[in-house]
Amino acid sequence: MAENIKFEVVTPEKSVVSEEAQIVMAPGSLGEFGVLIGHTPFFTTLKVGIIRYKDIKGEERFVFVNGGFAEALPDRVTVLAESAERRRDIDVERAESALKRAQERLEMAGAREDIDFIRVRTALERAMQRIKLAETRR
Amino acid sequence: MATLKDVKTKIGAVKKTKQITKAMNMVAASKLRGAQSSMIGFRPYASKFAEVLGSLAERGGNEANQLLAVREKISKINILLCTSDRGLCGGFNSNLMLKAESFLKEKSKSDIKVSFACFGKKGRDWCRKKNLEIASEHVGIVGGRFGFNVAVKAGRKLIDRYLDNEYDEVYVIYSEFKSVAKQLPVIKKLLPIPPIEAAEKSKEAEKKFLAEHICEPSPSELLDEMLPRNIYVQIYSALLETSTSEHAARMAAMNNATKACNDMINSLTLAYNKARQASITADLMDIVGGAEALKG
Repeated sequence: MAENIKFEVVTPEKSVVSEEAQIVMAPGSLGEFGVLIGHTPFFTTLKVGIIRYKDIKGEERFVFVNGGFAEALPDRVTVLAESAERRRDIDVERAESALKRAQERLEMAGAREDIDFIRVRTALERAMQRIKLAETRR
Repeated sequence: MATLKDVKTKIGAVKKTKQITKAMNMVAASKLRGAQSSMIGFRPYASKFAEVLGSLAERGGNEANQLLAVREKISKINILLCTSDRGLCGGFNSNLMLKAESFLKEKSKSDIKVSFACFGKKGRDWCRKKNLEIASEHVGIVGGRFGFNVAVKAGRKLIDRYLDNEYDEVYVIYSEFKSVAKQLPVIKKLLPIPPIEAAEKSKEAEKKFLAEHICEPSPSELLDEMLPRNIYVQIYSALLETSTSEHAARMAAMNNATKACNDMINSLTLAYNKARQASITADLMDIVGGAEALKG
């Protein structure tokens, strides 16, 4: 692979990733997609999930994204996410407590009207994805 | 006339005050640096977001979206008032409240009900004093460290209430950070979302480029997804700007206070020395007088 694309993940708080990548695989809301150099301009929403990319040395890296948008241009990919973190930065304890909380709320959801089912489910999804990704850490 | 001892205690007191204002100045300076760095961290996201939103709005002019539609009759307004939690920052908070007050006056001519959502203690207290309706209050956010989720939570609530017809319009009042020396109170309409201006003219070429994007799902669906987020982005940026302005305003106010202390110490020291000299002169006169009397 001769050329690399510029890959960026920005959240409102900071820029999480900004580097060159050989390939970027992201979870689009209508299905996962991969971007190589020379991609057609493309814009999509993202699901809660994991972006995989290969850095210039060909090593595979992972970034958790909490939804958002991705824009692919021939020479770069930009992801706008509400929150995102690299695999090594995931706070497992926090994710686990979030998972527990979400599970508890999910159990109560049947009985109580005031719990927003969709929101609890996305919280659950978020926590599970984070934990899953963190477990693949060496 | 003040006695020597009085003046001396006064000087001591002013010196203590000066220590405090100086310390507050330095604390504000370091907090300002922190706030500025989170503002800078937010910039890439905000600019990219605005760019994408602009080009999407251009393509999928979606009048059907409820957040864009202007309502015919406006009878209930909500104002998001961003102020600081603490005082000692010069005219910072009163400027913001003046802005709110003049806006209120303008609206009170017609029969409109106004309620407030307050970020910051000062604004809340002001609303209470004026007997204005407070829809929600958030204390302990402005001026500290806060994440994007704060804006999301507040924004979601606002949108829900707006869609439930509890409000017909939503405004935000915040302080725009122009520079360390200048902060401007600003009022902006949040909902209905004012027509989105596509990025500046200089980006003409880029716009053309964006227009060829493949979108998944369709542009109008994407826009529906992005509009609520646009509100969150606006709120977050308003909060960041207000925080930064607060620290800058406090820094300036404390700097002035320290200078005023210095002036006061100078004039008091002068008074002290004068009083001291006067008493020495009086003593000398006594001694000389006594000596003359003995000679005689």
